Amino acid sequence: MSGFQVVVLWSDVLVWLLVLAGIGVGVLIAKSPPLLAAWRRVGANRVGMASATLLLAFIVIGLLDSLHYRVALDGKPGVKTQYAIEVLSVLDALVTPLRTQNEKTYSAPFATHLYAKESIERPGLGTVREYPRLKFGASHLADTATLADDVAATALRTGALALFAWLALAAVVAFRCGGWRAVWRGDTVFAWNAVLATLAAILLVLVPLFALAGDYHVFGTDKVGQDVLYQILKSVRTALIIGLVTTLVMLPMAVLLGIVAGYFRGWIDDVIQYLYTVLNSIPGVLLIAAAVLMMQVVIDTHPEWFATAAERADLRLLALCFILGITSWTGLCRLLRGETLKLRELEYIQAAQAFGVSSWRIILRHILPNLMHIVIIALVMDFSGLVLAEAVLSYVGIGVDPTMTSFGTMINNARMELGREPVVWWSLAAAFAAMFLLVLAANLFADAVRDAFDPRAA
Amino acid sequence: MLEVKDLRLGFSSARQMLAAVDGISFTIAKGETFALLGESGCGKSVTAQGILRLLPAAGRVLGGSVRLDGEELLALPEADMRAYRGGRMAMIFQEPATSLNPVLTVGRQIGEVLERHLDMTGEPARQRMLELLRQVGIADPERRLDEYPFQLSGGMKQRVMIAIALAGEPELLIADEPTTALDVTVQAQILDLLAGLQAERGMGMLLITHDLGVVARMAHRIGVMYAGELVEVASREDFFTNPRHPYTQALFAALPEVSRRGQKLVTIPGQVPSLAAMPSGCRFADRCPQVMAICREQSPAWRETTAGHVVRCHWQGDRAVDDAACHSLTELDLQAAQPFLEVAELKVHFPIRKGILQRIVGHVRAVDGVALAIAPGRTLALVGESGCGKTTVGKALLQLIKPSAGSVRLGGSELVGLSGRRLRAARRHMQMVFQDPFASLNPRLRVGEIIAEGMGALGLEKERAAQTAAVIALLQQVGLPAEAVGRFPHEFSGGQRQRIAIARALAVQPQLLICDEPTSALDVSVQAQILNLLKALQADLGVAYLFITHNFAVVEYLAHDVAVMYLGRIVERGQAEEVLRTPQHPYTRALLSAVPVPRLEGGEQRIRLPGETPSPANPPAGCHFHPRCPKATDLCRQTYPETTTISATHSVACHFPG
Repeated sequence: MSGFQVVVLWSDVLVWLLVLAGIGVGVLIAKSPPLLAAWRRVGANRVGMASATLLLAFIVIGLLDSLHYRVALDGKPGVKTQYAIEVLSVLDALVTPLRTQNEKTYSAPFATHLYAKESIERPGLGTVREYPRLKFGASHLADTATLADDVAATALRTGALALFAWLALAAVVAFRCGGWRAVWRGDTVFAWNAVLATLAAILLVLVPLFALAGDYHVFGTDKVGQDVLYQILKSVRTALIIGLVTTLVMLPMAVLLGIVAGYFRGWIDDVIQYLYTVLNSIPGVLLIAAAVLMMQVVIDTHPEWFATAAERADLRLLALCFILGITSWTGLCRLLRGETLKLRELEYIQAAQAFGVSSWRIILRHILPNLMHIVIIALVMDFSGLVLAEAVLSYVGIGVDPTMTSFGTMINNARMELGREPVVWWSLAAAFAAMFLLVLAANLFADAVRDAFDPRAA
Repeated sequence: MLEVKDLRLGFSSARQMLAAVDGISFTIAKGETFALLGESGCGKSVTAQGILRLLPAAGRVLGGSVRLDGEELLALPEADMRAYRGGRMAMIFQEPATSLNPVLTVGRQIGEVLERHLDMTGEPARQRMLELLRQVGIADPERRLDEYPFQLSGGMKQRVMIAIALAGEPELLIADEPTTALDVTVQAQILDLLAGLQAERGMGMLLITHDLGVVARMAHRIGVMYAGELVEVASREDFFTNPRHPYTQALFAALPEVSRRGQKLVTIPGQVPSLAAMPSGCRFADRCPQVMAICREQSPAWRETTAGHVVRCHWQGDRAVDDAACHSLTELDLQAAQPFLEVAELKVHFPIRKGILQRIVGHVRAVDGVALAIAPGRTLALVGESGCGKTTVGKALLQLIKPSAGSVRLGGSELVGLSGRRLRAARRHMQMVFQDPFASLNPRLRVGEIIAEGMGALGLEKERAAQTAAVIALLQQVGLPAEAVGRFPHEFSGGQRQRIAIARALAVQPQLLICDEPTSALDVSVQAQILNLLKALQADLGVAYLFITHNFAVVEYLAHDVAVMYLGRIVERGQAEEVLRTPQHPYTRALLSAVPVPRLEGGEQRIRLPGETPSPANPPAGCHFHPRCPKATDLCRQTYPETTTISATHSVACHFPG
């Protein structure tokens, strides 16, 4: 194994900072009993924990995909080592066969042959138009008729393996939480039964899937022959970054401006209202397009800033997040302003004013916590909305860098193929299913969090 | 006519059925008013909804029968039931503001009933609508018919609601707290109207209320409900002369009245048991002063004491509540010392803006020149109907609303115009207790944090340990356990929440507590607890109260001084005895006579005020009260009267006092 050079992309920095912040918040929560109690309630919520498990799986994929490096090229000793132009991530390394085993063009899931006919020289038969065998997909099979048996056998074998792994895990949990029955009936404080059930589902699907992925293209291949499963895995990080970083840009602006406008009224309110009305009255896509194109020009005129294509794509992704964040805070801001207008007339706010509590303290202690449910709902809604917005923007050609895989680009590439006969459905279906799971899990988890933090419902 | 037998209604919640109404039976004859009386959460409204089969989604009829002229209503298919609702039975709801559809005209809403039940459309329907509106006492019905609910005042909306109910010519009228949301003078009008209509048409009426005064005014027979059961049914005479059930007696004893001035009110300890934890024996046992061993074991059966007077109680004695136990609590003839808060010419005007440029086109004169003085340790009651500006006065005193003019002097220093640090220091001396205990506590903070907020903001107790100790001491002072510190407000009942709000205000040791209708959202028995607490606190700490209220019973019971407000101005002020015994302003007299008295011999001669309070944006010229005043002359229409002094403490703003 030759050496490698660690590459730190800007988005990696943000991602790992977020992880660190998450750990920090966790430590703070552990120190404050009321917060801990609230998170215990989240932990007791079965739906919440099931979706958290699923979310965690997505996050693990995203995190693995956020450790980048460049492989050293084989050079002569003594000469300064050259590194490959291609930036890889740990995830790429783990699924190397998926990344490298590219076909020529489309092939259906579990296909043995390509999806398009080609002219092939056959000794004795001359040139024939037929579906050629895939280079990698099912190439270990001598007889394509045994495909079903082979798939079933592998799936069963690895499925059993996954089951054993799960049983071992469940045994550990049961041992620590006082017996199988307690876990099964949900008598434990933490909703272990939900977590275990979700884990079972994840393991039973993923383990056979990856075992089969070595020999087959389980989700088929796309136009240029790349494995769809690999694209899905790479898209997860893009979606998470777009969802999270954009939210991080948008949230402070929306919350701060919304509350300030609603609480202080007067000219402050006028200015903020003017600002978001103006922003809102410009067609969103147009505004984003203008900003993205400007940014693209800047990037294109400064190629010397970027050592690799990946760095350029990454900066473009971050810029996109930033632009999306700047343009999408208005809705939440307006909502929070209205709610603050209502809250500020409530008697407990007036009671606080009568005590001479300072305005900022009232905002922090009395208004913000009572707006959190709206913020959480809006966040999750926006998360799914942003993932979708990315798809739309990629369609117009102003989304993420073409070299970067995202659900948006996948859907976009698959879009044209829906019109052809026979239809190419797998790209779209796979992207849709992955996005659906991600967004649904995020929604359900946010619901659980909101319920747990509402003292009235507890 | 209506016969309810063993009606059981319940709510399904989390796999179990909770019975909200548990086997109640009563009958209503034609032309009779049967009043269901009880505190909130006793199942009164659910009963009414059950009779009309309008239960909320989680509600279920568990058993029993409801017969109207022998027809079993609970067995009817839904389509037939619709002919009964609004047709033979009609309902009036509590809140006139929300029971009319805001986007339909009055005419459309009455016409809907006529079309559905009488097949009346077009011109005959219109004639009938006009007739109905005239019957419910709406002037100029032709114009009102085409107006929308927002163009009507609260009292008129309730009249329209009654007209809608009458449109189907019902034999039974169900009125669910029909006047609770209205002012006393309007309440008197509506009650008169209902009584008149009922006598005229011979309708049966089921009146649901918590107000003993309304019961005394309206009912022929009374059923007292407690925790989903009827506990006593009696005729009006028997009920008011000889209540038998300890709960009924306690309800009477808990009423604040002038005769109880200076005494501690009788309270009912504890609260109504929750649906999930109903005791198996008598449901009142845990709160009953006469509880016996048998009460906890078996539910008492009906027992007839006199003809038509039945009661559900094991105890056979006569008077459960011992009046002698009410010991004197506060010094009432406290000498008026030098006032420490003086308010002069206080004005709060809200600008009305119109047009694109938001030009000021007028002012709402919410408070228009109010003068008050409060002495230490005394209670000043500020009385008036809704919209007269009394709450605004309270907030302007605290500088929560900036007064437009005038002065508020606290211990000699001027508050108006203060800001920042000096205002904060001054605020220490005045605090406020708000009307709605559900809106005045932040649901996301713990009780301890809520109470400590003032101390922290005003920099009183900096150290954590001292602060916690102070909070616990305050909680004990208002009669709450120390463990309440770590709990959230929603875990407490309305009365307990109001105690928390009082503790929060007391935390900064104010000399003046502004109480803005602190008991109007509470039940009678809980109101008594809070009034007792306020009195005890005044005796212990010597706080002065500015008591903002519309409830004269509370004023009579509690106040040393009274100021009566009408449309932003004080029309009469003086010591409580003077104002209440010898009211000089016609408005004060009308207010006093409009209050329904919870006694048999209540209604001697009543003064009925026509109309409602005008808008403070456009007050009548001259004396504000002249359009409703029986004594008004040309002089009243032209000039606002000077303040006339009756005695050293008693003054009135009227051209013709007395």
